[in-house]
Amino acid sequence: MPLRLERQENISTLRLAAAPLVALVVTLIVGAVMFVALGHDPVRAFTIYFIEPLGDPWTLQELVVKACPLLLIGIGLAFCYRANRWNIGAEGQYVAGAVLGSWLALATHGTEAGPWVLPAMLLLGAIGGALWGLIPAFLRVRFGSSEILTSLMLVYVAQYGLDYLVRGPWKDPQGFNFPQSVTFDDVALMPLLFGEGRLHGGVILALVTVVVATFVLGRTLIGFSIELGGSAPRAAAFAGFDEKRVTYGVFAVSGALAGLAGIVEVAGPIGQLQPTISPGYGFTAIIAAMLGRLHPVGILVSSLVLALTYIGGEAAQISMRLPFDVTRVFQGTLLIAILAADVLVRYRIRRVEGASHA
Amino acid sequence: MRKILAMAVALASGAVLAGGSPIEARAAEKLKAAWVYIGPVGDFGWTYQHDQGRQAVEKELGDKVETTYVESVPEGPDAERVIEQLARAGNTLIFTTSFGYMEPTLKVAKRYPKVFFEHATGYKTAKNVSTYNAKFHEGRYVIGQIAAKTSKTGTIGYIASFPIPEVISGINALMLGAQSVNPDMKIKIVWVNSWFDPAKEADAAKALIDQGADVISQHTDSPAAMQAAEARGVKAFGQASDMIKFGPNAQLTSIVDNWAPYYIERTKAALDGTWTSTDTWGGMKDGEVVMAPYTNMPDDVKKMAEATQAAITAGTLHPFKGPIYDQAGKLVVKEGEVLPDKDILSMNWYVKGITDTVPGK
Repeated sequence: MPLRLERQENISTLRLAAAPLVALVVTLIVGAVMFVALGHDPVRAFTIYFIEPLGDPWTLQELVVKACPLLLIGIGLAFCYRANRWNIGAEGQYVAGAVLGSWLALATHGTEAGPWVLPAMLLLGAIGGALWGLIPAFLRVRFGSSEILTSLMLVYVAQYGLDYLVRGPWKDPQGFNFPQSVTFDDVALMPLLFGEGRLHGGVILALVTVVVATFVLGRTLIGFSIELGGSAPRAAAFAGFDEKRVTYGVFAVSGALAGLAGIVEVAGPIGQLQPTISPGYGFTAIIAAMLGRLHPVGILVSSLVLALTYIGGEAAQISMRLPFDVTRVFQGTLLIAILAADVLVRYRIRRVEGASHA
Repeated sequence: MRKILAMAVALASGAVLAGGSPIEARAAEKLKAAWVYIGPVGDFGWTYQHDQGRQAVEKELGDKVETTYVESVPEGPDAERVIEQLARAGNTLIFTTSFGYMEPTLKVAKRYPKVFFEHATGYKTAKNVSTYNAKFHEGRYVIGQIAAKTSKTGTIGYIASFPIPEVISGINALMLGAQSVNPDMKIKIVWVNSWFDPAKEADAAKALIDQGADVISQHTDSPAAMQAAEARGVKAFGQASDMIKFGPNAQLTSIVDNWAPYYIERTKAALDGTWTSTDTWGGMKDGEVVMAPYTNMPDDVKKMAEATQAAITAGTLHPFKGPIYDQAGKLVVKEGEVLPDKDILSMNWYVKGITDTVPGK
């Protein structure tokens, strides 16, 4: 029976809002079957996964800390994706920002440098990420090369660059040849917001970014030119918007926010440079951006949901001894359900009559 | 009368309390211990062996302990959260089993002074943080001798992970062992920059075999290189666990990490209240470094390997006993002297006879 997906023109906001909830219900049903098959109590599993992390101030803080880089990177990606520019290399821009920002922390290490160090590091982090993001933009504008490929390949360049630095020139001289830098001085560390827990100042930066990005994307000519360039490039050209400037602009913003996320993470929860500074935030943020429908507030919500699946998954490993792979399967189920619900709301499945040869 | 009544009540309630408290005390005595793993428990290498150690603790101490673990925890910002979550879940003894967990372990330990932490393969300790590792280089000396006896091309292939002292000293120990049999032995080293990446490890093994190595040794965690050696008909040494089922015709032996004695001892210490911060570096003598059965080799090679193993266990043979020269030909360890532990633990130079250079140097 041949089927076809047909785009629907008028979709009620009610259906759009209901889609993620339906997806959640489907995930819970699939998850329940899986947990029962493995011999675990599904109600207890769901409580540990979704409810308990929300009821405890420490896990709530951890949730926000985990969501922070996803949110910053995801908003940057929204600029690119709205303009139909496919930046897949946020992970590399994150690393580039972390490296450039950390350079200052290491250069001022052990000196009497004042409180200007951290703001300067954040600025350098954003610049580093933006410069790294501008490379694929340049290659696309100048040579027409696919930014999907170039941005992705640059991830590995950045990661190996970092690897070289922490094993070579930036290695802690007192560190027995182990690959890591010195731990940063206090002036180079993100301030913590509360006495207990790891909630740091970067979260405030991320929230400010949500507000600013919502305004820029929704209410300004820049936002309009990005949107138009993505959905109707010819119309955008007739309207006088410069396609090249849009490419450079969205990659610079996207790279800068990823770089900022990188330096915030290094100067915050990590506190030093080491070979691994990201558990794949740059890639997970793509999911966050898509789930959040490329809207900053939506990405805020999706980042928190994604963070919850990680933290809940760890809690389930610890208190129920669920294997790591089961928590990953559960995460994947949630993502597929949300994406499927999204498609089914926007498209209608039609049986195609009399087209059996297709 | 009233007094007597009051006394009776007091006695009765005392009896109830007394009857109740041992049960409570026993419940409280049950120690919760946790492990943090860098890889999956099914890696058949590093993490697998740590988990074998954890299971040995459960077997040995039965219902006195309750163990748990979190696997595939990346080194980075997530590690600190996982460790803290374990501490918050009431675990009072936490083993963190990868070098990259050192700083996160120390940070969490500061916030949970009553929890005992044990970090593997690092070098920083604190009042409630111990560090532990095993003298794998003892096993590498033995396999160096076997390699020199087995190889026809005179070239050993070595799949290395990261250029940290533990790996460098392993390469040196293997070379010293090989040179004790055949002073002209050569070694080819490939760095894969990963502890666990089966595809890369297999590629490295194939590249080394193509370059003329006919005995493969590895300091990475998967059995991929063993499988590649088996397929190409050359010999290989397993790593961390006995990998004989992946190379029934290829494996000569394997350096097996046996964490069980250490884990049982430390868990007992935590139960007894005798736990203190220590820096432990166990070897063959302590049963931490174990050689898998010697297979696929002639009897005389097997006898030599067994004799060397016995001498190292007895302490009469030390892999880093002088004279040892560095690559430039400078005498580093004098005749009759032994390289001190601290110099092995920070090793950043190759012995004479290795034509490669230490990466990043």
